[in-house]
Amino acid sequence: MPQQERVIAAPPVNPETKPFWDAAAEGRLLIKKCLACGEWHYYPRTICPFCFSDRTEWEPASGRGTIYSYSVMRRAPVPYAIAYVTLEEGVTMMTNIVDCDLDRIRIGGKVSLVFKPSDGGPPVPMFTLRA
Amino acid sequence: MTIKGKAYIAGAYEHPTRHAPDKSLAQLHAEVAKGALEDAGLGKADIDGYFCAGDAPGLGPLSMIDYMGLRVRHMDSTETGGSSYAIHVAHAAQAIAAGKCSVALITLAGRPRAEGMATGTAPRTYSAAAPDVGFEAPYAPVVANMYAMCAMRHMHQYGTTSEQLAWIKVAASHHAQHNPHALLREVVTVEDVVNSPMIADPLHRLDCCVITDGGGALIVVAPEVAKSLKRPKVKLLGAGEASKNQVGGRIDLTYSGAVWSGPRAFAEAGVVPGDIKYVSIYDSFTITVLMTLEDMGFCEKGQGGRFVADGALISGSGRLPFNTDGGGLCNNHPGNRGSMTKVIEAVRQLRGEAHPRVQVKNCDLALAHGTGGSLGTRHGSATLILERE
Repeated sequence: MPQQERVIAAPPVNPETKPFWDAAAEGRLLIKKCLACGEWHYYPRTICPFCFSDRTEWEPASGRGTIYSYSVMRRAPVPYAIAYVTLEEGVTMMTNIVDCDLDRIRIGGKVSLVFKPSDGGPPVPMFTLRA
Repeated sequence: MTIKGKAYIAGAYEHPTRHAPDKSLAQLHAEVAKGALEDAGLGKADIDGYFCAGDAPGLGPLSMIDYMGLRVRHMDSTETGGSSYAIHVAHAAQAIAAGKCSVALITLAGRPRAEGMATGTAPRTYSAAAPDVGFEAPYAPVVANMYAMCAMRHMHQYGTTSEQLAWIKVAASHHAQHNPHALLREVVTVEDVVNSPMIADPLHRLDCCVITDGGGALIVVAPEVAKSLKRPKVKLLGAGEASKNQVGGRIDLTYSGAVWSGPRAFAEAGVVPGDIKYVSIYDSFTITVLMTLEDMGFCEKGQGGRFVADGALISGSGRLPFNTDGGGLCNNHPGNRGSMTKVIEAVRQLRGEAHPRVQVKNCDLALAHGTGGSLGTRHGSATLILERE
């Protein structure tokens, strides 16, 4: 059963995204909600990409989601699964599906949040198939 | 203001090389510029506008204008990846219509093959300041798996099959056999495509375009300049450009920016998809072609698989001849950027200068479309509609 063992590139952290990665270090996934228009967005920004208000707030995500699409990269030293996962809050994020048989991944599959260490940076949110 | 009829493509040149370890990048830009000028019957001193994109070395237009010894009064370095050059044609027409220049040169060159670049399968390094990079780079997105996610979703939502996608490569290979410069000239079958090694599910090796060195150039001119030249006249009728992205996390991989660039170009040209005799569609992967054809209205959304199957895109027998040079899938994909060669083959078709075995009869109206960046994240789309006058 193919498993992911590749080295995960460290995300660059900047003043705008530091709260996201500080929370990741504590095992929490934060996403942004706009207090003006009420919309969630991802990846996180200071200014809402929908209404352009600067009244955006970090909120914890439930960590449960559904696979929107995926692809297992076969032509790699260690095959891995890239995916877009739609969170319960409604936004869809790029991620990897890990800790499972990659051949069992399907669109519509239910997934749960896990964190994986990166190469010299903060841990990165990923997902695994829910039992 | 419209650009309809305000500019003509007077020169088009595709570098014959597919592997250029013995040439510099700037040299390739100059060689294609020289080729396009000779094709048009113009000289270097006639050029008064210059367009290039991110493939140009150094400070883009500043470095290349210096290297080639140009004297221009207008320049533009719009960078939207592989769609840049189709956008440059439209922007050159705008500049000409505004009186900013009358002979515009557009160049593209690259040497990824000489440099040993794993274009589609290795992660690329982007600036850490790119706002998306922290939320994507850790997951190892590469060109192939991003387009693969579009294909996977399209299959899930519309029942598109690998065999239907394979027909796009089969059609390209039928055309490439007649192109002596094409990198891959062997005719392949649907079975060859679906039995080739899997790269990123569900895209096989033969669903992916080639990696080549080389380049191409175009000369876009004002109507009075076109009238003074001996070449058949290829007029720009309409153009559309668009950017599509992740929309703050409201991701929909089933369509491309062609849903906007296509209708904009058709509206300006005053024609409909059914009028088009030949299409050049950027074919980084088979799925790119299928989605683009749907998005521009050549068939209903979700019906692209049925539309392209059974040889529908093969010149001479199919309903919509496409990429008669062999496209990026078989012929050439210089610098990993596809819209330049798309425009060049459309010009050949409109002039009646395509290979006789693939020349479309009475080809008086053609469409060229470029996609740049990644269909799976953010990309540019550029559509041109061209007419033989």
